[in-house]
Amino acid sequence: MTEEIIIAGFGGQGVLSMGKILAYSAIMQNQEVSWMPSYGPEMRGGTANVTVIISDKRISSPILHFFDTAILLNQQSMEKFESLVKPGGTILYDSNGVSTPPTRRDINIHKIEGVRLASESGNPKTYNMIILGAFLKVKPIVQADNIEKGLQKSLPERHHSLIPMNIEAVEIGMNQISTVHLLP
Amino acid sequence: MGDIKLMKGNEVIAETAIRCGCDGYFGYPITPQSEIMETLMLRRPWEETGMVVLQAESEIAAINMVYGGACCGKKVMTSSSSPGMSLKQEGITYMAGAELPCLIVDVMRGGPGLGTIQPSQSDYFQATKGGGHGDYHLIVLAPASVQEMSDFVVLGFELAFKYQNPAIILVDGAIGQMMEKVELPDYTPRWSEQEIEEISGDWALTGKKNRKQHIITSLEYSAPPQEIFNHKLQRKYKEMREQEVRFETIHCEDADYIFVAYGSVARICQKATELLREKGIKVGLLRPITLYPFPTQAISDLCSKTKGFLTVEMSAGQMLEDVQLAVEGRTKVEFYGRMGGVIPTPEDVIEAFEKIFSI
Repeated sequence: MTEEIIIAGFGGQGVLSMGKILAYSAIMQNQEVSWMPSYGPEMRGGTANVTVIISDKRISSPILHFFDTAILLNQQSMEKFESLVKPGGTILYDSNGVSTPPTRRDINIHKIEGVRLASESGNPKTYNMIILGAFLKVKPIVQADNIEKGLQKSLPERHHSLIPMNIEAVEIGMNQISTVHLLP
Repeated sequence: MGDIKLMKGNEVIAETAIRCGCDGYFGYPITPQSEIMETLMLRRPWEETGMVVLQAESEIAAINMVYGGACCGKKVMTSSSSPGMSLKQEGITYMAGAELPCLIVDVMRGGPGLGTIQPSQSDYFQATKGGGHGDYHLIVLAPASVQEMSDFVVLGFELAFKYQNPAIILVDGAIGQMMEKVELPDYTPRWSEQEIEEISGDWALTGKKNRKQHIITSLEYSAPPQEIFNHKLQRKYKEMREQEVRFETIHCEDADYIFVAYGSVARICQKATELLREKGIKVGLLRPITLYPFPTQAISDLCSKTKGFLTVEMSAGQMLEDVQLAVEGRTKVEFYGRMGGVIPTPEDVIEAFEKIFSI
């Protein structure tokens, strides 16, 4: 199994840390991972994206042009990455952040109202974990208990009390995702 | 087995330095390698192993602090990025001339001048052909993964002390900034005074006591002894070329065409190799791990059964010259490069490959 993922949104949405938690969770089940951020003179409110690859075997290029899955959290990211999903691949997008939904019909498309759900949950900072939950509903590539282990590994100990809240957010995402288009 | 972690390449350099018994790090911040000193400062190794971490007032000061530490037989290191490395060159050639071991890390960015902070490989010439003045070479290691960022800190110090010569980890910003799974080495204690005496006692400045005076210098007053010394250096470089060449080949056994690439570009070419093989085109990859000494013989040995080499770099073609020298006109040597911090994708490499070899 190799899953090549792009996660893209605004800086500050937790795009990079979501990728990190996903990668750590995959390490917990003995897989190979790479996490390659776009980097440059970036600033808060600008765009941020990260390529995460999870595989059972050694990963060749950490830099990719086409992806199995794109997780797109704002309109700019949709415009940039919709065409770069491989045929048969998957787009998961936040319908609160994307104004023009994807039009392709050769891929699977799912959406979630991430911003609304995060603000209603009372913990808007768990936004990225809601998105992660939605992703894992359609691509269960890491097991739920490994997410918890991944959080333990990636968060400093003083933040471990926040782990249950994050797991709840993952569950919200899993329950609230809706399918827009599914390939036969 | 050591600890398994998910870390950035730059962080791994710092963590491994602490674990392998490094005595001192001296540096000056510059993107895209600032996490090295940041990680060291956060880890506070002076409280744990006694390792010194010091932010110098400039790159020039930092390399001369390394020079001082190395004179005493200590395991010392510095790191920087392209423009900072240019500033360090005087200190580096002095250390090569004084036959001192140290570890240098260059996380390259796009140049020339101040350039960009994005990944590049445009300092190959500087690292492998000298960089400073005089007939000297560094031992140049080119990691292609976060794991190798860890492994080559250990290896770099080992080779630096074996040959009494500065070693450099030459890496692009992509490997510095990306995170991968890494197995960190177990802790090795810093050398005691007695161990330094055993390892470097015939040259290091350890206090004269009752022994013969040690003089560390790169100065000779007349030409003949300088020439004798230069011959000694050249014998050392010859020994490195015979003993220390490291490279990796992937699918070269039956390959009609072979990519030659190092660092993150080697990984990109490996993906291109996989995709081309899916199309039935037999391609392979030769990845130099040591850029000096260069795997000249390995490339030479592949010439007779190869229709052509494609050297791929994030530069205008620097390693290309070493590939051409190895091939000596026996088969085609072509080049594809991106510059200024632009990273080629596997698809870019495939497109260039198919165009160049008319496939």
